[in-house]
Amino acid sequence: MTARPLGVRVRKGATTLSFLAPALIGIAVFFLYPLGSAVYFSFTKFDLLSVPEWVGLDNYRRMADDPFLLQSIRNTLWMVVVFVPVRIIGAIGLSMLLTQLKRGAGFFRTLFYLPALVPPVAATIAFVYLLKPGTGPVNHFLEKVGIDGPLWFNSPTWAKPSLVLLGLWAIGDLMVIFLAAVLGVPSSLYEAAELDGANAWQRFRSITLPTIQPVILFAAVTGVIYTLQYFDQAAVAGSIASGQATVGGGISSNFGFPEGSTFTYPLWLYTVGFRYSALGYANALAIGLFVVALGVTLILLRRAKAFTGEEA
Amino acid sequence: MTLVASPDRRIHRQRRLAWIGKHSIAIALGIMFVTPVVYLVLLSLMTSDQALTSDYWPNSWHPENYVRVFEVTPLPRYLLNTVIYAVSSTVLVLLSSVPAAYALAKLKFRGRNPLFLLVICVMMLPPQVVTVPLYLMWARYGLTGSLAPLIIPALFGDAFCIFLLRQFLLTIPSEYLDAARVDGCGEWRTLLRVVLPMARPGIAAAGLFQFFYCWNDYYGPLLYTSENESSWTLSLGLASFHSVHHVDWNLVTAATVLAMAPLIVIFFFAQRAFVQGITLTGFKG
Repeated sequence: MTARPLGVRVRKGATTLSFLAPALIGIAVFFLYPLGSAVYFSFTKFDLLSVPEWVGLDNYRRMADDPFLLQSIRNTLWMVVVFVPVRIIGAIGLSMLLTQLKRGAGFFRTLFYLPALVPPVAATIAFVYLLKPGTGPVNHFLEKVGIDGPLWFNSPTWAKPSLVLLGLWAIGDLMVIFLAAVLGVPSSLYEAAELDGANAWQRFRSITLPTIQPVILFAAVTGVIYTLQYFDQAAVAGSIASGQATVGGGISSNFGFPEGSTFTYPLWLYTVGFRYSALGYANALAIGLFVVALGVTLILLRRAKAFTGEEA
Repeated sequence: MTLVASPDRRIHRQRRLAWIGKHSIAIALGIMFVTPVVYLVLLSLMTSDQALTSDYWPNSWHPENYVRVFEVTPLPRYLLNTVIYAVSSTVLVLLSSVPAAYALAKLKFRGRNPLFLLVICVMMLPPQVVTVPLYLMWARYGLTGSLAPLIIPALFGDAFCIFLLRQFLLTIPSEYLDAARVDGCGEWRTLLRVVLPMARPGIAAAGLFQFFYCWNDYYGPLLYTSENESSWTLSLGLASFHSVHHVDWNLVTAATVLAMAPLIVIFFFAQRAFVQGITLTGFKG
């Protein structure tokens, strides 16, 4: 950059700063400062009434033999391994189907998208009700066709798969992203493949998939991040299925119902912090979450060029 | 598109079968996607006794449930709080995020790329990471138990909103801005007079997302307002209706339908801005 008079540069800088000031303050006050505090607090022990007392690595050692933490990590990992790929496959499947429809594609797109508009709490209530073991319509229907339905949200084995069903139902956002990607595949590629005699599956395997691969990566990373902070549906499903208070005096004692099977990592963090008031330990858990989430984010940022777009 | 269909009848029949098959799958899936919502609506019109059975169809119709739920539950309060939260947060977030997004998309300055990466990090990292220190901060000012901790941060931009707006502003050709600058417009004038009118679809999408986010937010209200029921929002109230207030299921589902209805109405009016916005959040192909 060529040197310009100091006055001009200062004025330009001031203008730029005036655009950015609110956001810079926001990032500092609501992100960097609490992140720094969390790191510091993670080496201390305190509750809402006491002042932080330095305990060194105690909180991190405590993580090593916390059976509830282990369970919550297992649950969150399960969600990462099942929830994320199932949703991606479902979204690709739906968008492929939509591109194949010659009639009413727009109508079906809206229909498939609609559940994504339902507030998560409302959707969870609906699913707990639909899947109620005794009187729910789903098991009622299964019984009619001769299948003994599972206990869904009331069974430790089926509670997480029920959450996956709920996530599949609200797949609209992901579907729209994949639909845009699939429609963006140049049709000349398909025509060439068809001339070479490739069937539909081969065309999907060797043309569609490789072309939308960056979108799959994006969906996988954001999906993992989403799963790491998965809270609302697990909290509400556990509380409502157990038939107990969700926020009696603020904190539920029924998170994780049944038998801790829906206890995700963030739920445990919340419980440790705001039910047991073990704020130092909660911050150590937060830093653990931060490290994992940052690692996953970096995978995406390494492909930052695709993400940040062209220069202005 | 496809090769000229051979007159061979076999191929013709195969095509027709495939057509029928694909549309049948679509119809079956469509039914599965709408059934839960239809079921909720039916349930909300039953008597409280019938709502406990496994019936799908109301024996008698009770639209008055939608009136009763306003009378026997604190729904009006929850609704008001949710509207206050969602509307004020959306307006403030747009006011504070548009200039930042403009700077990141269209102004050249040192540290622009690192700043953008920082915005992405803030957007991606789970909110739970900074929950405890933030809660302590708000508690120190005596603001927990109110909507303030949910609304005040909107004054200082939102990472996702900034990201989305920046992606949209990148699609506006810089020539328009250069022309304005040559005409002697300062950067703020350029933003207000030239960029804002062109960025309306992007701003609409960002605003919609923020509104929906606040309307649906459960974690924030649970964290900051659960200690004071007069500050509860819809999602918090819904989750506790049956268990805390022993509200009948037909009324719970009526409230649930009321919570989703505005979003679906808004969607039908703003479908294009919406779909465009979602596409913007993804990779550029």
